[in-house]
Amino acid sequence: MTTGLKAKHQRLVLIVIALVALIGAGLLAAYALRNQASYFYVPAQMVSEPPAPGEAVRLGGMVQAGSLKTEADGVTFGFVVGDGEATVPVRFAGILPDLFIEGSGVVAEGRLDSSGTFVADNLLAKHDENYIPRELEDMTKQQAQQVVAETTASLPDPGA
Amino acid sequence: MIAELGLAALWLAAALAALQLVAGALGQREGGAELAAIVRPAAILQGFLAAFSFLMLLILFAQTDLSVKLVAMNSHSEKPMIFKLSGAFGNHEGSMLLWITVMALAGALIAALERRLPEKTMLATLAAQAFVGIGFYAFLLLSSNPFERLPVPAIEGNGLNPLLQDIGLVFHPPTLYIGYVGLSVAFSFAVGALLTRQVTPDFARAMRPWVLGAWIFLTLGITAGSYWAYYELGWGGWWFWDPVENASLMPWLAATALLHSASVLASRDALRTWTIMLGVVAFSMSMVGTFLVRSGILTSVHAFAVDPERGTFILGLLVIYIGGALLLFALRAGTVSEGERFSLTSREGALVFNNVMLSAILGIVLLGTLYPLLTEAFDVRVSVGPPYFNPVGAIFVVPMLLVMAVGPLLRWRKDSITRIRLPIAIVGAVMIAALILVSLLSSVSILPLLGLVLSIGLAIGSFLPIRGRKLRLLPIATWGMMIAHFGIAVALFGMASESAFSEETLAAVEVGGSADVGPWNVVLTEVRPTAGPNWTALEGRMMVSYKGGTAKEIDPQSRNFWAPPQETTESALVTRWNGQLYAVIGRQAGEGRWQLRLWWKPFVTFIWYGGMLVGLGGVLALIGRLMADLKRRSIKTRVADRRTGTAT
Repeated sequence: MTTGLKAKHQRLVLIVIALVALIGAGLLAAYALRNQASYFYVPAQMVSEPPAPGEAVRLGGMVQAGSLKTEADGVTFGFVVGDGEATVPVRFAGILPDLFIEGSGVVAEGRLDSSGTFVADNLLAKHDENYIPRELEDMTKQQAQQVVAETTASLPDPGA
Repeated sequence: MIAELGLAALWLAAALAALQLVAGALGQREGGAELAAIVRPAAILQGFLAAFSFLMLLILFAQTDLSVKLVAMNSHSEKPMIFKLSGAFGNHEGSMLLWITVMALAGALIAALERRLPEKTMLATLAAQAFVGIGFYAFLLLSSNPFERLPVPAIEGNGLNPLLQDIGLVFHPPTLYIGYVGLSVAFSFAVGALLTRQVTPDFARAMRPWVLGAWIFLTLGITAGSYWAYYELGWGGWWFWDPVENASLMPWLAATALLHSASVLASRDALRTWTIMLGVVAFSMSMVGTFLVRSGILTSVHAFAVDPERGTFILGLLVIYIGGALLLFALRAGTVSEGERFSLTSREGALVFNNVMLSAILGIVLLGTLYPLLTEAFDVRVSVGPPYFNPVGAIFVVPMLLVMAVGPLLRWRKDSITRIRLPIAIVGAVMIAALILVSLLSSVSILPLLGLVLSIGLAIGSFLPIRGRKLRLLPIATWGMMIAHFGIAVALFGMASESAFSEETLAAVEVGGSADVGPWNVVLTEVRPTAGPNWTALEGRMMVSYKGGTAKEIDPQSRNFWAPPQETTESALVTRWNGQLYAVIGRQAGEGRWQLRLWWKPFVTFIWYGGMLVGLGGVLALIGRLMADLKRRSIKTRVADRRTGTAT
């Protein structure tokens, strides 16, 4: 042994090194998670207790019917997301996701700017007929039913 | 009739698994030889029956038998044949049947081929394999029967999610499943060895091909899945830290660690308990992955069915198997005697370091994936993404890659850093030169910069084991290791380059107009309607030219599927040796303009070339190991023959 340790202790040394590394990783992860996780807001929360401008958060709600506007450059969109209690204006530059429809649910990833507009980097609409963003499950019952009605393709009626 | 045959075969297979478990357990005792004799045949027959059952499901999907609920829910008569077949496992029930089929076939293969281990360890291993199998049979038969009939046949099927109607889906799930399930074999070996306290190099040699095989499939499955997400989802990203992606990455990390520690155990008889522990952890990660994906507890494209009953069932299986194995480990680990010792500066020492780093990365990914579930219990909803995973992971990836570049140069047992100071100096000098060059020529942020520098150092370091050795005499397995390490360097270069040098253009362009992205000029010449077997689309015709060269036509589409109704964007790619042009067409932006999103991603393809190289390295290592085993076996028999010859 070059390390000069008693042979008996080798197992112990290895276990200690491994434990220190793993616990270190765990503590680091816990610290980073507290700072880097992005929190989810519904419009009512975002209006009553807004996150700090520039903090990465997610906003989930229904795209208000008739609110979608395209700006002059043709690739920047403005629309309003609401949950029945409050509304938040959203701006998004990019190609709208395939399943983005007015009146249906959306989760926007981005940050609030100083004027109270939510600037989205990314929009998550429902992915397929069986999938609703999990966050939308917290909507009011009626809205949830509406989302489910829109997003669930039912089996063809076998009796028909 | 076919559905009933499939179901009957599945029940029979489950019964055989039960028989295999009981006979394997009781056959351990004195006078259990008769019982022990039926374990291997039971395992083989079980494999055949499960495969037969899966074949029946494929036939049902091929015929689009709409009286079967699963077919009606997930298929459609107008779908192309290949997607009808792949639809058989593009849903919850079918994918679980595929899982159990692969698992039963793996059990059958060990039963038929493995002859190195002591018979008792073998029995315990097959019993453990059957024990895991029974849980999944119960899950399928009791809560997710794929062969369930509808009271009245449906008139037409619901179709398959169009995102999944892609050639990628035909290969991606089976590849990953073979990987996941291959780890179940490693798990069974580990449990078997713990039960009989036979943690020997022979055990590691028996387990290694399975770990290698599983690891190769996981590598290729992850690589293919990443490329699928890249071109099919149309966001231009190749890794999203989605829980489901993490679910496939975690078993890969554990399997990589296991692979390296098993090779220490096989060649040096050290790291006995650690290898056993990793065998348990690797399969646990497969199970956690299955749980995350199949329970619907996390949202994802992959979460087919949000069904609390199934989630609870898988959670129950998870607790029984993982909890049981960890309990067994806690009880028995102390009785496994310590293996050979080694100095900290030695090949073993470097591999231990690699193992600890991999475990730390695994822990970080696991915590990040589970954190949203944890906070949800306190009614706080969060999501965890790249701002967490990238920097925190890098803290452990960087030292791991540094050691990986020179670790293979160390000798077994005992070595000194001064002996390999020349190669270390070469790798170090190259990395410092690269660091200075890249930071002078461009302003790259810290992580991609580290990635570029490390990838270059690792690329050189990975071939240094050739130094001073005759190429002809280098074992195939060593070539495998070098190519796999080089593949990691290539993939890392692609990742860093994509993140450092990508350029993006977002524009609304009228027909006849053009847009530039990086060195490319893109002219939108026409937007026309087109149609496929089960979709219609708007197709943009674009002429693209690289640095003013000859123009090439590409046609990205925005597709409308009608069963089920859904839109997808089909990106168009132009691949050059030094990168890819990625084009997506969006909606009409008013006044005859169309939205175009264009990316130029230098060297992005290296990510997947690297993944394939890693897989190739694995294949070479596997071939090398199997050939060495065959040679060893034939020497053993020859020696045995000679002995019996002299005795008579």
